Amino acid sequence: MIDFLTLLQVLDSSLRLATPLLLVCLAGLFSERAGIFDIGLEGKLLAAAFVSAAFAAITGSVWIGLLAGSLASIMLSLLHGLASITLRGDQIISGVAINFLAAGLTVVVAQDMFGQGGRTPPLKSGGRFEPINFPGATSSKEMNEAGPLMQLYSELLSGHSLLVYTALLTVPLSWFILYKTRYGLRLRAVGENPAAVDTAGISVVGLRYSAVIIGGVLCGIAGAYIATSLQANFTKDMSAGRGFIALAALIFAKWRPWYALSACLLFGFFFAVDTRFQNILLPAWFLSGFLILVALGLISYVWKKDYLDKAVLGGLALGISVIAFMVIFSVWDTGISRQIKIPVVFIQSLPYVLTVVVLAGFVGKAIPPRAGGQPYVKER
Amino acid sequence: MDIMPKWVDIIVVPFISVLIAAVLSALLIIAIGESPIAALNLMIEGTLFRSAGWGYMLYYTTNFIFTGLAVSVAFHAALFNIGGEGQAMIGGLGVALVCLFIPWPHWTLAIIGASIGAAVFGMVWAGLPAYLQAKRGSHIVITTIMFNFIAAGVLNFFLVDVLKPKGSMDPASANFPTTTHLPTFQDMASIFGFEKAFRSAPANVSFFIAILACAAVWYLIWRSPLGYEIRALGKSGPAARYAGVRPVKIIMIAMMISGALCGMMAINTTQGESERLILNFTEGAGFIGIAVALMGRSHPFGVLLAALLFGFLYQGGAELALWTKIPRELIVVIQALVILFTGALSLMVRAPLERFFMSLQKAKA
Amino acid sequence: MEPAIELKKISKSFGPVQANKDINISVMPGTIHGIIGENGAGKSTLMSILYGFYKADAGEIFVDGKKISIPDSQAAIAVGIGMVFQHFKLVENFSVLENIVLGAESGALLSPSLSKARTELAELASEYELNVDPDAIIEDIGVGMQQRVEILKALYRKANILILDEPTGVLTPAEADQLFRILKRLREEGKTIILITHKLREIMDITDTVSVMRQGEMTATLKTDDTSPEDLAELMVGRKVLLRVDKTPAKPTDPVLEIQNLSMVDDFGVKRLKNINLTVKAGEILGIAGVAGNGQSELLQVLGGYSAATGVIKLNGSEIDLSTSVSGDGQARRAMGMAHVPEDRQREGLIMDFMAWENAVFGYHREKSNQANRFFMDNNAIRKETEEKMKRFDVRPPNPKLTAKNFSGGNQQKIVLAREIERNPDLLLVGQPTRGVDIGAIEFIHQQIVALRDQGKAILLISVELDEILSLSDRVLVMFDGEIMGERQPENTNEKELGLLMAGVSEEFAQ
Repeated sequence: MIDFLTLLQVLDSSLRLATPLLLVCLAGLFSERAGIFDIGLEGKLLAAAFVSAAFAAITGSVWIGLLAGSLASIMLSLLHGLASITLRGDQIISGVAINFLAAGLTVVVAQDMFGQGGRTPPLKSGGRFEPINFPGATSSKEMNEAGPLMQLYSELLSGHSLLVYTALLTVPLSWFILYKTRYGLRLRAVGENPAAVDTAGISVVGLRYSAVIIGGVLCGIAGAYIATSLQANFTKDMSAGRGFIALAALIFAKWRPWYALSACLLFGFFFAVDTRFQNILLPAWFLSGFLILVALGLISYVWKKDYLDKAVLGGLALGISVIAFMVIFSVWDTGISRQIKIPVVFIQSLPYVLTVVVLAGFVGKAIPPRAGGQPYVKER
Repeated sequence: MDIMPKWVDIIVVPFISVLIAAVLSALLIIAIGESPIAALNLMIEGTLFRSAGWGYMLYYTTNFIFTGLAVSVAFHAALFNIGGEGQAMIGGLGVALVCLFIPWPHWTLAIIGASIGAAVFGMVWAGLPAYLQAKRGSHIVITTIMFNFIAAGVLNFFLVDVLKPKGSMDPASANFPTTTHLPTFQDMASIFGFEKAFRSAPANVSFFIAILACAAVWYLIWRSPLGYEIRALGKSGPAARYAGVRPVKIIMIAMMISGALCGMMAINTTQGESERLILNFTEGAGFIGIAVALMGRSHPFGVLLAALLFGFLYQGGAELALWTKIPRELIVVIQALVILFTGALSLMVRAPLERFFMSLQKAKA
Repeated sequence: MEPAIELKKISKSFGPVQANKDINISVMPGTIHGIIGENGAGKSTLMSILYGFYKADAGEIFVDGKKISIPDSQAAIAVGIGMVFQHFKLVENFSVLENIVLGAESGALLSPSLSKARTELAELASEYELNVDPDAIIEDIGVGMQQRVEILKALYRKANILILDEPTGVLTPAEADQLFRILKRLREEGKTIILITHKLREIMDITDTVSVMRQGEMTATLKTDDTSPEDLAELMVGRKVLLRVDKTPAKPTDPVLEIQNLSMVDDFGVKRLKNINLTVKAGEILGIAGVAGNGQSELLQVLGGYSAATGVIKLNGSEIDLSTSVSGDGQARRAMGMAHVPEDRQREGLIMDFMAWENAVFGYHREKSNQANRFFMDNNAIRKETEEKMKRFDVRPPNPKLTAKNFSGGNQQKIVLAREIERNPDLLLVGQPTRGVDIGAIEFIHQQIVALRDQGKAILLISVELDEILSLSDRVLVMFDGEIMGERQPENTNEKELGLLMAGVSEEFAQ
């Protein structure tokens, strides 16, 4: 078994890895609650990461970096707004374009500015967000001797950068704005039925722009966090799909702030486990038993469904059972309690698989805002 | 009446969109401190004035035709297949399994087998999101994105844990047997005595399969009752239901055709070029398919032209990276601008044109 | 006294379409003013301009004698104008209270606004007899109740002038009467009401003055007491209207369509059809009357093969398999001799982005006659045939390469009719055949339907227009809440009796 301190260290790194997810997820929440789908979160995150790292490197001030990164992200938000709100273009296409724009421009500009193959130079101390140590927290050297409560306090609660705590505070703040203020009521309304907002004399365009700008700010903070706190410089494609995972978390959270926190912490935990443990071992009987249970669950679900359900889900169940039997077969000689190594890629893929399962509605249906994805055109 | 003549819609609008993208790219090149004209010259010389340049360009074009057609077929059914990347990866897995484990006597048979393998694997990978969309209403854009990531995981697993030859450190499969190797343009030119043409360029016979796919998709979409039903469902779901078109069936079929086309990209990259399965062989071609389909207005002929343009840009971009300080990523920026102006911002191009033609009509009346 | 509302020379065009042309109107305070006209006459556009939803190209607006400009709905609300749209503008998953407060909050925080609204709502409810549960979620309450919420929304914003756009379209006659009582009450309190409708009866029942619109122009403004339905109808369409269709008595023969114990449950688990039994014979038109939303659409969907149901449907004596019919059996049924003119031609009957010739085989595109061979459609032959068909049905212009959206409503409907009738079906299902169709085309369409009957075909007609049901049908069934309430002969019944049945008052009681 793993000891308490190791667990705390995993949770600590979960929190750190969840932070950018959480900020981006809340960015998506504001945007999508207002009826604007945002596939371009990834691009905004990446652009903000680059611009904040670049400015922090040049000026030596992480705050200027944060400001510049947020501005870059807001610019992309405004581009998305121009395309999808003002020009009533396709929100998905606009988001895809923004992702490529960020992926390409960051490298082109980084190469031109710093000539280091699309990186920024490493940030010195003023250019980074440093960990904040709470009063009385033990240093890591003496961590082993400290008591469990002290370990919890020092390892998990203390020692994060300001942006981690900011991200955590953003959750209740978002909840309050969304459900307890006039602005939140209007924002939720415009994502459900923009015509109701329009006829009530409120500007649909204004509301939607404000929502995408909030999203831009949050992505900006997230970008600054990954480039100036999680790492100490910008590297090519450093957002590494976090924008899409945040999108997945948003669906997982059913577009609600507190659920978003749980979803992001869960996904952060997967990444922490993945970086901490290179080999995850499970007894063979447990692994194949679990797979067979999943297969049986699928089969019992499709039993009375039509032939397409049977073909697709039954085929899936068959595939899973084949894997289960291959596992048993591979340990036949050494006994079924032998430990089997789970390839790390499966842990990495878990957030995506879970999101697909949620999307499929097998575990609670995720219903997006009703007017999401459609440009608002006044009826004739 | 339609406000604009059809030719404006089909030719002028995409042309202006691409022109805007080009101008913006030129500005970016100036900002970097290079000359856009010199850059364009370099791209043209490196691509069109050398047969090897053509060989590279057509190699890229082949990929983009497949993915562009795939996105187009889905577009006709009003489905956004953003999962071309994942479908191509899984298609590559299909190609590898077929080439490695079936003893093919000759490449002509191997390419048929590999095409089927690639198509079936891509089809299955697109079929799951299609099923979830058709039966469970899960948004296909999100599911296909997720499936891209899952596909990358699956490919990684197969290359690291299954297909990697013993003792190798490289996450790649063993080399395919020589009987599965496809003739390149260089091989074909040698038959006619031009041994020096297309030297070491990767373009191969798959290009002709891509051209055949264009023709097949054209017939499918514009001439067959199935294509009629795909287009009908894409334009109006309620109307399709009324006419006795089964939405579930059409969504499944359209996405599976789309997935099959993406998968078939792998015969070019995996069987034709690398001759073994490697990581990242798709190089973003699945996403470029979106730009190609948008620019080609989801018409196979338009897709062919757009794929040629992007093939040119990719080969030209490599030349730029080699001889100037403009990095290859400039092409990604151009690609983003093309998607932006032909897709999301198309109204910005169309609205002034529509106003112009409206005033023409008023002047006539 | 100053008029509450005065519009001078209002004009508005959408692209090439002139929706309003030099409209003048003036409404005195404390009156109910009707605006009547056909679909597409420009009534809704005019009122949307008054509510700031659209901006007029030209013209002036006066409220209480003062010239004002209304750039957006906020400005309209500020001068005391409220509007109840035909399609309600409510947020479905919000509560009644949240919907009422939306846009009229008293501060940046929500809860004070909500509690203030709760008290005021109680006052309004008692003052105007407009009771609603403030905490009910909109999607859980009926349309009548939703309409009340819309009226309350306007009153909460202190509206003195209330515009209602086709408010009775979704209501039963009883609910409509209740609405009219509320409107009269509002008039007593000094409110000014503008009622947009295309139903002559409503104008005669409740308005003080009436304006008539035709093709974007105002043709007359009259005192209601000084006019008659016939006069108004003539003003609406510009010439004498043939309200009755010339037809000989029906000669029904063998049953073509037999329906036994047909029931249907929708996706939300609501029972939409309850044990429907009916028979349509060859050579007759069976009309089904009812307020929109009482199961008529679902009946057409089940018959057309795109909704699952339980029970028995026989076509020409052979039973149709309903068990597998999740959706998509429409082509099989067409092959059995069923044709279907759907209720909503723009959503279902046509693909607006397809060309006329592509639409002309819609639903029949897999038939042998449209195929060049096993794999391909015979597009050239289809185009040629379509052109001839368009000429026979007087579709203007008869150009098969024109996109469907470029035809007028009447011509679109003719394309649908041509497609369905020219197949020479045994059974024709027709839903709302003349909705949004100009008068000239209405007559043509009615003649075509009667002609098909006279060829010995069976016709099932569904319409929410009682006039149409009474003038076309040989027998009339009335539907209410998914049930058949009773059968009448058109010559032995009247609108009042049918209206009671449509409101769910049972057969014995109605007699």
